[in-house]
Order: sequence, then C-alpha cells, then structure tokens
Amino acid sequence: MPEVATAVRELTLAEAIREALAEELRRDSRVFILGEDIAEAGHPFKVLTGLVSEFGPERILDTPISEAGFTAVAVGAAMTGMRPVVDIMFGDFVTLTMDQMVNQAAKIHYMSGGKWKVPMVMRTTLGATRRSAAQHSQSLHAWFCHIPGLKVVMPSTPYDAKGLLKTAIRDENPVVFFEDKMMYRLKGPVPAEEYTIPLGVADIKRAGDDVTIVATSSMVQVALGAASLLEEAGISAEVIDPRTLWPLDERTIIDSVKKTSRAMVVDEGYERYGVTAEIASVIAQGAFFDLEAPVKRMGAMHVPIPFSPPLEDVTVATEKSVFEAARALCGAK
Amino acid sequence: MTTAVHPSTADATTSTERLLRMYRRMLMIRLFEEQVNDLYTRALMPGLAHLYIGEEAVAVGICEALRPDDYITSTHRGHGHCLAKGASIDRMFAELLGKEAGYCKGKGGSMHIADPDTGNLGANAIVGGSTGIATGAAFSAKRLGTGQVAVCFFGEGALGQGLLYEVMNLAALWKLPVIYVCENNMYNEYTHYLETTAGDILARGPAFGVPSESVDGQDVRVVHAAASRLVDRARKGEGPALLVVNTYRYMGHHVGDVSREYYRSKQEEQQWKTERDPIKLLADQLTGQNLEQIHAEVKAEIDQGLQFALAAPYPNVDKVGQDVYA
Repeated sequence: MPEVATAVRELTLAEAIREALAEELRRDSRVFILGEDIAEAGHPFKVLTGLVSEFGPERILDTPISEAGFTAVAVGAAMTGMRPVVDIMFGDFVTLTMDQMVNQAAKIHYMSGGKWKVPMVMRTTLGATRRSAAQHSQSLHAWFCHIPGLKVVMPSTPYDAKGLLKTAIRDENPVVFFEDKMMYRLKGPVPAEEYTIPLGVADIKRAGDDVTIVATSSMVQVALGAASLLEEAGISAEVIDPRTLWPLDERTIIDSVKKTSRAMVVDEGYERYGVTAEIASVIAQGAFFDLEAPVKRMGAMHVPIPFSPPLEDVTVATEKSVFEAARALCGAK
Repeated sequence: MTTAVHPSTADATTSTERLLRMYRRMLMIRLFEEQVNDLYTRALMPGLAHLYIGEEAVAVGICEALRPDDYITSTHRGHGHCLAKGASIDRMFAELLGKEAGYCKGKGGSMHIADPDTGNLGANAIVGGSTGIATGAAFSAKRLGTGQVAVCFFGEGALGQGLLYEVMNLAALWKLPVIYVCENNMYNEYTHYLETTAGDILARGPAFGVPSESVDGQDVRVVHAAASRLVDRARKGEGPALLVVNTYRYMGHHVGDVSREYYRSKQEEQQWKTERDPIKLLADQLTGQNLEQIHAEVKAEIDQGLQFALAAPYPNVDKVGQDVYA
C-alpha cells in the first residue's frame, strides 16, 4: 500500500478525481474539461460538482450530445497547444468516439514521424450491477489496450485515482482513464499534499504467499474481500493491482506469481479476448515453470449486460466467486 | 446545386506578383503529381496515390489567403494541399517513397503528410476524419488568442460523414475560426456525388447558422478572393464558414483507377481539361509573362527533389518501434 501522511484525510473516489482535476486546472491554464452536463450540472455522477464556479464555463465546457464531435475537437486542440480532458459519461459511449481515438489520436504521433503530439485524457466509466442494462454497463477498456499509441489507466482507490489522473493529464500522449461508476462513493485515504503516481507501476494491495490475484479497477475491492475470506480459510492471497493496463508492469506480476506459484486474473471486461487473457499470457510466459496450476481467468460473462438484477449479478465476479475459485486453485476441497 | 460563379468578385487588387506566385504553385502541384503518376506506374512507388491533378486552383487559391502559421487539415488526396501550404518537394517525394528523409520519416506515406512548420496538421485517410482536428485547432487558436485560422479541406464524399455535422455545430456554437472547404470534384471514389448526396450542399452550412458560398474551383482568382473574405471574417472572430469549391478530378480515384468509363465519359473528362483547366485559365490572364521560364524552373525543382528522394535511404528497421509514444 502507498505510504500516506499521518493525519489521514479520507476522500471518496469522486472527490479525489475532482481534486486532481482542480489541481491540474489551477496548475496549467491549458487544461480544460469538455463533455456533456459537466458545468452547472456537475456531471450526472456529480464527480465535477463545483468546478465550474472556480474555473468558469470556458474551462468546464458543456458540449452538445456529440461524443465523436467533441472528442475530435479535443484531438485537434491537444495537437495545437491545449490539454483537453474529455468526459465520456458512460463507458458504453466510447464506441461513438472510436475513429477519433483509434485512427486519429493514437496514430498521429507515429504517422507524423513524431512531429505532432496528442496530449489528451479521456475520462470514462466502467462497471455493471447498476441496473442500467446493456448500453450503460459495459467495461470496454480492453478495446483501447489493443491500440498502440494509447495508454490505459484503471484506478481502484481514491489515492490511486488522484495520483494517476494528475500524471495522465501531464502525459504527452492520449490516455484513457476508466473509473468504476459503482466506486464513486468509496472512501479512502488521500493526503492533502501534492503527489503523482507514475504510469506503469503496479501496486501490491495485499501481500500473501499462496496465490496471486491480479485484479483491476472494480475487481480490486472484490479481490481484497475474497482475500479476507481466504485468510479465514487458511489461504494467503496476494492482490496485485496493475493500476495501468498500458503501460503494464509485467515484472511485479511475474515476481509475485514466481513467489506464490498460483495465479488468478480478475477483471470486469469481457473474458474472451480480454485483459484477463493478456495478463494470463504474461504470467504463462514469465512464470510458466513456477506455476503449479493453470492460470485462472475471471472476466465478465460473454453476454450483453442484462437488466434484471438476478441476471445481471451473475455476469461479473463477486467476492464469493473469487473466493471459491481461489480455493479450488489452491487445491482446497 | 446552386453554383455562384462571380469572376467579378475576384480581388481587383490581385497583383501580377500574386498571380505569378499562384501560377508557379499550381504548376508545381501539376508537375509533382504527373511525376507521382509516373513513379507509380513504373512501380517505383509503394502503396496508393490519389492525384490532385485538375484541382490545383483550390489548394493554391485558399492557401494563398493564409498566414504561414495558419492551420490546414488535408485528405487522402492531399499532395496539393501540402505543397500549397509550403511543403518542400524533396521531402514530399521522400515521404511518398517511404524514405527516412520524408516529412514523417517514411512512417506516414502519401496519405499522411504532416508538417508543423507549415501549419499542416496532417493529411488524413479517413474520409471526414480530420474535420474535428481542424475544428480543434481553431478552438486552440481562439483560446490562446493567436489569431490563427484553420482550414479543413475535405472532398464532397465527406458530406456523408456525421462527424462533419457534429463539429460544424460545435464551431458555430463556439464561433471558431475554421473554414470548411468542400472540394466538390463530383466523384466519391467511383460514384457520382448526385447518387450519394441528398439536397443542396450549400444548404448544409446555413442549417447551423454557418455562412456558406460556392465558387468556381477552376479559377484560382475566384477561389482566392472567396477564401480571403472568409479567412478575414474568421480572423476577426466572426466564426466558421463553409466554402464549396466546384472542381474536377482529371485522373481516377487513385492511380490504378484507369478504366473509368463505367462511371464517367472520356468526353466529360476531355471537356474539363480543354475548357476548364485551372493552369491554362490563369495563363490566359498572364499574357506577356515568361511562363516558359517558370515552367523550366519548376521542372528543375521537381527533378532535383525526385533525385534527392530516390537516392535517400530507407529508415533502418530499428525505427519501427519509435514514435509510438511521445
């Protein structure tokens, strides 16, 4: 766990993100935020409440419902001296921006032989179980991980969210920043002092010896809960949060698996062709001869996210399902 | 479609010096493209080549109205825009041949020439894909108070893309200094635009409150006069505009498109070449000038640039992983 100052402040994930944005808006006049209902409305999840009163409507810029259009404008603005932070309300809506992110933002630096840069951040959400059905519940971060030129950030705590977002805004590349919409009210320690967290450095959220659980974003809290249950069952689990999926801190993951010799990967994106597959492959390549069992993958079920609560709840991993899978992996009856 | 051709609106003060400069630039694009055609058909150039021959007056007339630091975005048919904005012939050829000395170190090629030194935000191989980039550049210019304007070149094929209308809406709302230049060369690849384009092209601007006009794209004086008006307007903070420039693509969609009878007649092509050629039309206005000398000078420049590019080395393969991230 990161070291924190003694008199520990607690902030929610939403507050930590808001504070990161406010600090960067104050620090750099080129930074601005654009998106739907972000100014007076403060975003439907109230993540941005109050920013417009300090920074004004020019820097907290309400847009029409035109995800492709305002993302495209952000790409051009980033190339020409601004530092846009694009707000895509629901992660499902990133589909509307894909040409701009994949064919434009991601490739401009390379295609121009390194002459033009696109320093922009796209903030968006992931996560099911909010009873929002198939077009407001997906976790599509793997799409961006597939594209050279993009970086992908997935914080799981208020502390990480603040430090990583500040770094993302200062990065010279397009960065996609995924926030779990179910965690906005999660509280955690966030020091009042300025800090940043580098991209590409995993964090060991809990140390353990018997099994490594690599978990991302929403699934980190699930894995930590499962780890507590496992402890009661006599199994010591190590929980690793990569924090950024690209760049990916392969070393920390491999070292952990070499120590524990058993590994699970838990992610809320679709399991097929997803993040769990990639990280399982990293483990297989880096720690194959240390493994005592095949790597266990747990992603979202291969179905559109259903509306009905009992149906939706079985589509993603839970503390209980991770606990049971980890126990089975460790050979417990 | 309404077409308002008013040669009388050409800048009355257009100096001979300017006309000669535009003549030289149009000729440079023509000879450059003829050389590209030759390179390609002799299998010396890899990839695709979409030639700008016939449309030279559009890029030249518009870029003549721009400051060096004004922005442009270009298209898959972008060589003319890049040259008109000030790109050098040698590095253009080098890029087309995939050489290290090219504008993009050989990583972009014909459809992706970009050059910050001339305000060229890049040619773009997604039809309509750069409309947002130009609008974003105009956003920066306004925010940073630089007085720059952005010109977004796109073909009439991009009229079918939704992004154009999203960003036009934003540019109008935020009064951004961007000129959307629709180069109507009449063919979306291999299909006449009337088969793909409902309604009036010019009416698309006013739907967003964006002033729009249409000009003869074969008369560089007319194009330049219209561009000057719209650029001045944008620079003064009066917002975006749509300029529809009616022109003609002499060649196929790309160099390999040689049998075109199934979508247009040879007679139609011939008529444009003999009656509406932008270089001939301007030459008629420049009687008494030594155009042969200009021709010889431009030809020498093209030859020299081509030799440079042919002799230039390819990038080392160890460069393949560089420039993915800044």
